[in-house]
Amino acid sequence: MPDLLAIAERIAGAARPGEEVEAYVSWHRDTDVRAYDGEVESLSSAESAGIGVRVVVGGRQGFAYVGNLDERLAREVLDEARDNAGFATPDEHVGLARPDGVGAKPLELWDDGLSAFPTEAKVELALDLERRVRAGDPRIRQVVSADYGDAMGESAIVTSTGISASSRRTTCYLAADVVAGEGDDTQTGDGYTIGRGPEGLDVESAARDAIERATRLLGAKKPASARLDVVLDRRVTATLLAILAGTLSGEEVAKGRSLFTGRAGEEVAVAGVTLVDDPTNELAFGASTHDAEGLACRGNSLVEGGRLVGFLYDTYSARLAGTSSTASAVRGGFKSTPGVGARALSLVPGELDQAEIVALVGNGLLVQGISGVHSGVNAVSGDFSVGAQGLMIRDGALAEPVREVTIASTIQRMLQHVIAVGSDVEWLPSVAAGVSLAIADLAMSGT
Amino acid sequence: MSASVTPLVDQSVIERSLAAALRRGADFAEVFVEDKRSTGISLDDGKIEELSSGHDRGAGIRVVVGDTTGFAHTADLSELGLAEAAEAAASVARSGGGGVREVALSPRRAHSPSTVEIYPDEVPKAVKVDLLRQADAAARSGHAAIAQVSAGYGDSRRRILVANSDGLIVGDDQVRTRFSVMCVAAGDTGLQTGYESLALTVGFELFDRFSVEDTARTAAGRAIAKLSARPAPSGVTPIVIKSGTGGILFHEACGHGLEADHIAKDASAYRGKVGELVASPLVTLVDDGTPADQWGSAAIDDEGRPSQRNVLIQDGVLTDYMWDHLRARKEGRVSSGNGRRQSYQHLPMVRMTNTYLLAGKEDPEEIVAQTPHGVYVAKLGGGQVNTATGDFVFGMTEAFLIEDGRITEPLRDANLIGNGPDVLRKIDAVGNDFDMCPGTCGKDGQSVPVGCGQATLRVTGVTVGGTAGA
Repeated sequence: MPDLLAIAERIAGAARPGEEVEAYVSWHRDTDVRAYDGEVESLSSAESAGIGVRVVVGGRQGFAYVGNLDERLAREVLDEARDNAGFATPDEHVGLARPDGVGAKPLELWDDGLSAFPTEAKVELALDLERRVRAGDPRIRQVVSADYGDAMGESAIVTSTGISASSRRTTCYLAADVVAGEGDDTQTGDGYTIGRGPEGLDVESAARDAIERATRLLGAKKPASARLDVVLDRRVTATLLAILAGTLSGEEVAKGRSLFTGRAGEEVAVAGVTLVDDPTNELAFGASTHDAEGLACRGNSLVEGGRLVGFLYDTYSARLAGTSSTASAVRGGFKSTPGVGARALSLVPGELDQAEIVALVGNGLLVQGISGVHSGVNAVSGDFSVGAQGLMIRDGALAEPVREVTIASTIQRMLQHVIAVGSDVEWLPSVAAGVSLAIADLAMSGT
Repeated sequence: MSASVTPLVDQSVIERSLAAALRRGADFAEVFVEDKRSTGISLDDGKIEELSSGHDRGAGIRVVVGDTTGFAHTADLSELGLAEAAEAAASVARSGGGGVREVALSPRRAHSPSTVEIYPDEVPKAVKVDLLRQADAAARSGHAAIAQVSAGYGDSRRRILVANSDGLIVGDDQVRTRFSVMCVAAGDTGLQTGYESLALTVGFELFDRFSVEDTARTAAGRAIAKLSARPAPSGVTPIVIKSGTGGILFHEACGHGLEADHIAKDASAYRGKVGELVASPLVTLVDDGTPADQWGSAAIDDEGRPSQRNVLIQDGVLTDYMWDHLRARKEGRVSSGNGRRQSYQHLPMVRMTNTYLLAGKEDPEEIVAQTPHGVYVAKLGGGQVNTATGDFVFGMTEAFLIEDGRITEPLRDANLIGNGPDVLRKIDAVGNDFDMCPGTCGKDGQSVPVGCGQATLRVTGVTVGGTAGA
């Protein structure tokens, strides 16, 4: 692996007087195997790397990147970023992060076992997953894909303002997409398992999950429209929390683009809702020692007992709001500049497991999956309308499956109508943890 | 005008790389070389926030042995870099004893459907920046309720070279220019958003053809209108979809289900339906990579196949699916020009280009007038489909009630939900107007630019996912 920190240091070290320079250098190696019908459909393995450079001069920021670690190209990128800075509007709040005295908590995010794990074994895992799904239930008509994937990556950030940080991580997963059928009816489901290394994977649970999700929807009908209470399955709650993260961005709040603008300190949810973003939790998929500007990650309280107590900030939004960074800068890799985001959101769990919550709700809908999130949820207005499938809840127990319905409300209203948070927290490949969540009085649109 | 272009990689190097890829024995090998430069400028909160420049360059090498594909990519375009990638991709063929196989490449010319008059990289950055300021000013002028404006400019030039063991070598030079505006309006009822974009496979002359001020005013108008919007109804209702963004309905509701990879894996509601009536006889659906300037147009697909016009549904009857190289080869036919990939770091798969419904005969205003009660959808925002079940959702970002055959009150955002095969049969009126819109398709995590289009049309019943009583 190339010495990323050294490359970043050389670029940041080229800052001219009056100029701030940040170099973000990343490298990763990925392997992906797709099994289909007992054979390897595709196997790909590759390294990729790149450099992103930010230059700030006189309150103006410019950025450029190159998908390469070639140092000659890196110098061109620095010149390009410098040139780009000249076109920005001066903004006193623009600037790079500076060391803030918070030490990074050491996290074990790297599994040495992954680099020693042979390709043949990766292929075998994908084939094994496919076999287990096919053999697991006679109603499984097709395993559209059974994938093994892994990634090991490292990134380094160095700035001329004194930041120097690097971090590395490994991840691997197995995932299956399946089609179940019975008569003319077809339903789909997916299951996965994820770990830092191959030891953390549970093939059987991924297979079972995919089978159960597909088969339990067989026979699903479109029900009549109704207002009802819902229980969100763990994965659905994680999706909802990820949306909520966008509304808690200090930048969106400061710029008047969040439904929480001007509401700090207010009771925005029922008392049972406490929400934190803590990337120093090693269990979280998004756990990280440093944020995307090189500050040490830390836990941040956002909602406490229903009261809105904090927002997430990177360096720019913190200056805009007159506060300090919560080390919540995230970036999509070397090709983009940092922005505000959550890494490890979770609701503080309650006392009841999913079956107990279903019993508590009595009558309603267990939502197994939602669709159309990017088109049907508006994080500015709070309007919420998504496609849903799941199982009706009748007399405190799961009943018939339903499909082709939408559930709708507003984010504001949903937070005020939380009935219960489950005890079943599960860290998912997301910026948020899953947990069962019961919410009262949504509009279900069907026939 | 055409900018002079140096070859991305020498033909002799490509030939040797293909030979290396075939060395262990393979049925097919391909080298895909890409060089992409892009510029992005963002305006937010009244300020030019940032100008960014990017450069991506590399090659992806694919080796096919039986039903197995090996793939590797590299950012190193030297002969050594390509040889290493070829070796990695070929490792799937570990059992084979291929021996030496020469590949002689015969260059082909690709004819681009789009003409570029002004290459964006020849336009001063300051001129691009000015467009954003003009849009910001236009969005705010005359609208006190506009609380926030963000706007984006982007251009890219993507040069590709595709060569394969069938002897093909062909390149393309793809230029894209886009502009978008997002406005937030604030009122007593809270915040609302409005969005509008321009995007074509042309150069900077895009802005001679379209005014960024108009784009900004359209976005602002949408946000303002929604401040007084009432919640959308909940339940089944007739909908009339205005020409343009409604094309997303066909992209989601049936386009994905007509991709040959979904068909081959029995993950499409349209499997085995060629020759059958699958839609209203008013529906003729086409996927077409050849219309000049459209967002999904190109001279060739990312497997080097010339773009073409494919009729998928003719007068309601399913005529064909969309094919990439591998899926077509298995069926002993040729690709339909639908093999696309996000970048050299991705494997190609069956993808749409520009998917549109041909116009019909009716006057769009008459279609509304003949709808006693329903929802008029002026703009759709995006959607998602489960190809196996056909169930899809798509979001309305500008919609109105239809009452007594007239468009009346604006509605808040909501999703529509339906079943593809079902909705296609329920189309009972197609207008004589037509419009296209740009979009991004995200199949399997890979983003590619696509176009959608349609005439104003009516669906007799779709479930609207609002909160108000229908």
